[in-house]
Amino acid sequence: MQRHFRGRVWTFGDDISTDHIIAGKYLGTTDPNVFAAHAFEAVNSAWAKGVQAGDLIVAGDNFGCGSSREQAPIALKTLGVSAILANSFARIFFRNSINLGLPVLECPGLRRKVNAGDVIEVDMAKGEVHLPDGGVDRFNALPPNVLEILEAGGLVAKIRAERAPRRT
Amino acid sequence: MPGLTISEKILARASHAEVVRPGQIIDGEVDLLYMHEMLAMALLPFNEIGTTAVWDPNKIVVTLDHWVPPPTPEIAKMHQTIRDFCHKQGIQRFHDVGDHGIVHQLIAERGYAHPGELIIGSDSHTNMVGAVGAFAAGIGATDTAAVMASGRLWLRVPETLRVDIRGTLSERTTAKDVILKVIGTTGDDGARYAAVEFTGSTVKGFPMNERFVLCNMTTEMGAKVGLIEADQVTKQYLAHTGRPFHPIASDEDAAFSKTFSFEVDGMGPQVACPSNPANLKPVEDVEGTKIDVAFLGSCTNARIEDLRIAAGLLKGERVARGVRFQITPASQIIYRQALKEGLIEIFMDAGATFTSSTCGPCFGGHLGTLAGDEVCISSTNRNYPGRMGSPQAQVYLASPWTVTASAIHGEITDPRKV
Ligand code: SF4
Repeated sequence: MQRHFRGRVWTFGDDISTDHIIAGKYLGTTDPNVFAAHAFEAVNSAWAKGVQAGDLIVAGDNFGCGSSREQAPIALKTLGVSAILANSFARIFFRNSINLGLPVLECPGLRRKVNAGDVIEVDMAKGEVHLPDGGVDRFNALPPNVLEILEAGGLVAKIRAERAPRRT
Repeated sequence: MPGLTISEKILARASHAEVVRPGQIIDGEVDLLYMHEMLAMALLPFNEIGTTAVWDPNKIVVTLDHWVPPPTPEIAKMHQTIRDFCHKQGIQRFHDVGDHGIVHQLIAERGYAHPGELIIGSDSHTNMVGAVGAFAAGIGATDTAAVMASGRLWLRVPETLRVDIRGTLSERTTAKDVILKVIGTTGDDGARYAAVEFTGSTVKGFPMNERFVLCNMTTEMGAKVGLIEADQVTKQYLAHTGRPFHPIASDEDAAFSKTFSFEVDGMGPQVACPSNPANLKPVEDVEGTKIDVAFLGSCTNARIEDLRIAAGLLKGERVARGVRFQITPASQIIYRQALKEGLIEIFMDAGATFTSSTCGPCFGGHLGTLAGDEVCISSTNRNYPGRMGSPQAQVYLASPWTVTASAIHGEITDPRKV
């Protein structure tokens, strides 16, 4: 697992739902590139074109609320978003992201301290976020079982690794 | 040591423990896994895991609901993939197009969900099914694949938040108005990660169709599950299954993390305004807002009781000129019942459109989506931007009474005044 991220920030507010992230009309496929191409279209139609691999998302409360559609974190991961930091996450979005190996970190209060376009650094090992003004924020530690999934590179990779020794 | 809540009792049993406490991570044995078209998304990780067979085909239910019938060749293909998979895996309870329903309603009405069970669904409104006294939680595609392969799922034991509702509602005021009021009070993340248990005299007095509405929209509070103790009303509802009935309730001394008390005596209809389910106003405050579309559908409010309400108001009336009123029953069983009772004829005489059962319009998928300048009043559960079509469309959430009264008048209308 990548433990250190340095990237440009995209900011979002509170209660960003899965409908904001990927609209229902694009779900009639299993192609991740379709989800990626239309990510955040309801908010900003140019977003998916502007985002670059390694960018980070910083948001307010309850990020990812709404439906169980895993297409939402799939879209963001496909575009290369390396981590999402928010005051809090909705539960299914949280699980889905971790299962895909996409770090979702609860960092209450960070949203107020960063602006769109800022470059910040995230240190997973130390649990720290380094801000452009030199300030340091801490994010809440992930529960050990969740961290295990993330470290394996996602749930599928974890299950495969657990099954591997028995397959000699 | 305090006693256990319903949720804790179920998770203790599912993980073979005497007791579980909030915050604990358990490995739960799943009693029932149900899926809709999400199965197609779950097949990718399922195949990657390297298993070829599901853990137990008799513990899986599948139906098609989001796109029925399929509106594009790609979705028709997706349905084929699901159909083939269910056939190959020996999943007997595959409800194909023709025998379909919105999955939560189908699970409820066929009696597939019983008190005390750990039920996992590949959809966020799985919470609805908890109204029978089950722990019913929604998950995404990768978790679904893991459950399909192993029959197990890790879960954090949630705190239980109690919502106690007492009093007698005003006329033409329903569980939908109550849950909108609750969400308007707690906010759309007021129960994040928590189990929400409904108690109180109002809840006890609700029939199952109304109890489903309460639990359905705990999702819009951010809850993991919604629960109601299994009592005589539940028993009656499940009697047709012939399975033994085991009531379940929280212990007298169970620990609730919080209790919200609602005194709803005389409370009238409520409306959630654009574009958040917690943006609450009493109907009086939005009366007169012009509408273009009224929609009666979804897993929240499209049961036969809801259709009867609509038919009662529409009989001898006309849908307002320029308004499209679409009624979409939540399942084929409800469709057939509406046909038998002559409701469909009343809808057609009034100028409403009646469609086959599907999620379609609820998530902006197909069969009735909204244009950018349209205002819609809907019996569904979400009104985030773009939920029902264009991100510019304005969606108001309300009860079947308010939706139908508004369709007749072409503007948001207090159903007590018609
Ligand atoms: S009717 Fe709407 S809320 Fe219910 S399962 Fe379908 S899309 Fe989801």
